Amino acid sequence: MILKKFALAGAMTVLASTTALADGHGCSIEARVSIVGNEFPAIQTVGAGAQACSGAEVTTNLTADHQKINLAGMQGNPAEYTSAIIANSSIVALMNEDVIRPLDDLVAKHGADLKKNQLITIDGKVMAVAFMANAQHLVYRSDILEQAGLEPPKTYEDMLTAAQMIREKGLMENPVGGAYKAGWNLAQEFNNMFLGYGGSHFEAGTANPTINSEAGVQALEMMKALSEYMNPDFLTHDSNVTNGEFRAGNVAIMNMWGSRAATLTEAEGVPQEVIDGFAIAGPMTVGGGDTPASTLWWDGWTVAKNISDAEAEATFIALTSAIDPSILSDAEVAKQAVWLIDGYEPTPAAVGVFDAANASTIPYPMLPFMGLMHTALGAELADFMQGKESAEQALKDVEAAYIAAAKEKGFL
Amino acid sequence: MKHRTFFWFFLPTGLAMILFIALPLVSIVTQSIFAPHESVFETVENCGPFGCKEETVINQEATRALREEKPLGRFVGFDVYLDRGHIAVAEVGEAWSSTQSWGDFFGKLGNLPLYRALAFTLTYTFVVTPLLIILGLVVALAVNSLHKRLKGLVIFFSLLPMIVTPLIGALILFWMIDSRGILGQFISYMADDPDLSLKASTPLMWISLMVYGVWHSAPFAFVVFYAGLQTLPQDQLEAAQIDGASRYQQVRYVIVPHLMPLLTFVALIKLMDNFRVFEEIVGFSAEAHATSLSWIIFNDLSGETWQLSAASATSVLTIIGVAILLSPVLVRTWRDFKGKT
Repeated sequence: MILKKFALAGAMTVLASTTALADGHGCSIEARVSIVGNEFPAIQTVGAGAQACSGAEVTTNLTADHQKINLAGMQGNPAEYTSAIIANSSIVALMNEDVIRPLDDLVAKHGADLKKNQLITIDGKVMAVAFMANAQHLVYRSDILEQAGLEPPKTYEDMLTAAQMIREKGLMENPVGGAYKAGWNLAQEFNNMFLGYGGSHFEAGTANPTINSEAGVQALEMMKALSEYMNPDFLTHDSNVTNGEFRAGNVAIMNMWGSRAATLTEAEGVPQEVIDGFAIAGPMTVGGGDTPASTLWWDGWTVAKNISDAEAEATFIALTSAIDPSILSDAEVAKQAVWLIDGYEPTPAAVGVFDAANASTIPYPMLPFMGLMHTALGAELADFMQGKESAEQALKDVEAAYIAAAKEKGFL
Repeated sequence: MKHRTFFWFFLPTGLAMILFIALPLVSIVTQSIFAPHESVFETVENCGPFGCKEETVINQEATRALREEKPLGRFVGFDVYLDRGHIAVAEVGEAWSSTQSWGDFFGKLGNLPLYRALAFTLTYTFVVTPLLIILGLVVALAVNSLHKRLKGLVIFFSLLPMIVTPLIGALILFWMIDSRGILGQFISYMADDPDLSLKASTPLMWISLMVYGVWHSAPFAFVVFYAGLQTLPQDQLEAAQIDGASRYQQVRYVIVPHLMPLLTFVALIKLMDNFRVFEEIVGFSAEAHATSLSWIIFNDLSGETWQLSAASATSVLTIIGVAILLSPVLVRTWRDFKGKT
C-alpha cells in the first residue's frame, strides 16, 4: 500500500513538472516520448515544441547534467529516454555503447522537411538530426578598443597586443576573458589553440595520442601569455563566470560560445556602456595559420535503440515537428541559436558562428576516444597554467593519463 | 538473548546491510578487476552540417559479439589498480630510480593523480580532525557555562554551519574569498598586495578548504560533547574544586577523561568523513590546486566517456584507506571490549 502511494506520488510529480498535454499544432503521436538534453534556450524551445504534440505523453528532462544520465537512461530495455539531445562531442558516448538507432527509414517516411545537411550520417546511416550550429568566437567591447585606438583582433597575437595596450592606457586591469576553469573548459581552450596551430590530437586511424608536439607547446605558451591579462582567478572561471566578468565591464576581449553571445548583455543590471560597446566577430587565428583557433559544433537529437518501433516513430515525429521551419517566425526563437533549419536568416548575433563555418574551422573531433583525451587535458594542464611545470612535462602527463585511460577502456 | 530471538531481531538490519553495504562492495570490486572489451575500430565516412570526413568509429557488430560472449568485460586483475591513474607502479619505480633526493622524488610523485590527491586528502584529514575536535570542545564548554535562557539560542546558531548544505556553505565562502569578494579584498588589503588572490594560490586555497572543513564540522563535535557534558558527575567536579584544581585542570583531568569515549567516537566518524573530502573541492572550484580520492572518482565519471573501472578501483582504494586510518581506533575499541568481558 505504501509502495503504491509512493509510486502514485512520484507519478504525480512527474506529470505536474514535465508533462504538457497541449492541444498541439498539427502534430499527433501514438506512443510515449521522453527526451533528455541540455538546458540552454534553444533546447528548451525544441523540448517545448515536442511537448506541443497531442495524442500521447511527452516528457522532457532538460538539465546541465544530461550527460551523466542520458547513457544510463538509454541502456535499459526498454529505455527510459526515447531521445537524447546531444552535440557532436557527446553523440560519441552513445555511439560507443550502441544505444541509438539508425533513422533512415523514419527520415524517408516523415522527414521530408529536413535539409540534407541536417542529417548526421555515420558510415552512410543517419544517426542524428542536427538543428543548430555553434562555435566559439571573438566577443569584444568596441568602445574600449576604440579608446585604445585598436581594430578588433584577427589573430591571438593581435589580442595580446590589444590587451597590453588596454592595460597600459589604464582602461582595464585584466582586459582578456577566457573560460579557463580547470577541467572541461581549460581542455576546450587548449583544443581550440592546438587546432589553430595545425595540431592533430591522434595519429590518423589509431587511438595513439600526438599532442606532445610543437603545436601543443605553442598552444600552451599562447594560453599562458593570454592568462597574464586575465583575472588571477582564471582557473576557476567557466563560461558563465567569464560572461559575468564581461557584463560587469571587467573584460574587453574574449573567446566565447555563439550560443551564449546572443543573449550576453540581456541580463539585469548590465551597465549601458557594456550594452552599447558589445560586439562580436569571427574566431581568431593563431601563429600565422589559416585555420581559426576554434571548433565547430552542432546540436541535434537522436532516437534510442531499445524502444518499440512505435515509440521511435512517435519520437521522430514529435522532434521533427519541434524543429519545423515555422518556429522561426517567432523573432525570439530565431535569435536563440544559429539554426540549421530551412528558412533561417542569420541575425546579427550569428555573425561569429557564420564566420567560423565559412573560415573552415575544424569541427570538434567525433572520435570514440576524444572524450578520454578531453578529460586528461582538463586534469593535467592546470599545473602548467600555474607555472608549476613546463609545457613539455604537462603534455607528457596528458599523454600518460590518456594512455592509462584508453588502455582501460580497450581503445589501445 | 536467545539465538532465535537475536536472529529475528537482527534480520532487518542484516538484510539492509547486505543490500546497501555488502552488495555494492562486491559490485565495485568486480568492476575494478574487469575492464571493457578491446574495441574493434573501423574508418568510415561521417557527414554533417560541416561536410564529410573520414573518421574512426567502433565496429558495433564485432564489439557486440565480444560483449555477448563475456558480458562482464575483459578480466584485467589488478592492472587498473597499478596503472598511472592509481598506484602507478611503473611511474613510481621510474621516479625512484631517476631522482637523487627525497624532494625530487616527492615532486615527481606529486605529479601522479593518486599521490597528489593523497597529499591533500591526508593533510586535510590530519589538520581538520584535531582542530574541529578542539573547537567543538571549546564551544561545548562555553555554551555549557552560559545562562539557561541563552543556551537554546546559542545552540541553534552554533549548529548553523552543519545545517547549511555543504555545497551551499562552500559556495558562500567561495564568493566571499573571490578577489572581488569581501574576504578576498580584506586579505589583499591586509597583505598590501592588490594582485593577491586566494583562488590563484595553492597554499591559500588549501588553508581556505581546511578553514571551511573545520567551520562545517565543528558543530557535530560540539553537539556530541555538549550532550556528554550533561552527564558529567558533579561530585567529582566538586571534589576537584575542593582540591584546588584550576579551570584548566578540571577540564584536563576530569572533563576530558569523562568525554573520552565520545572523543573517540567523533574522531572515528570525522576521520572517515574527512578522508572522503569532496563537496568543498567542487564548491570552491579548487581542482587546480587540491584534489581528493572522492574527487578523482567524480572526475572519472563526469567526462563524456565514463571510466567505470578506474572509478571503481579508486573507490576500493578509498575503502582500504579508510580502514587503515581507522585501524588504531578500532583496535583500541576491540581491546576495551575484550577487557570488559
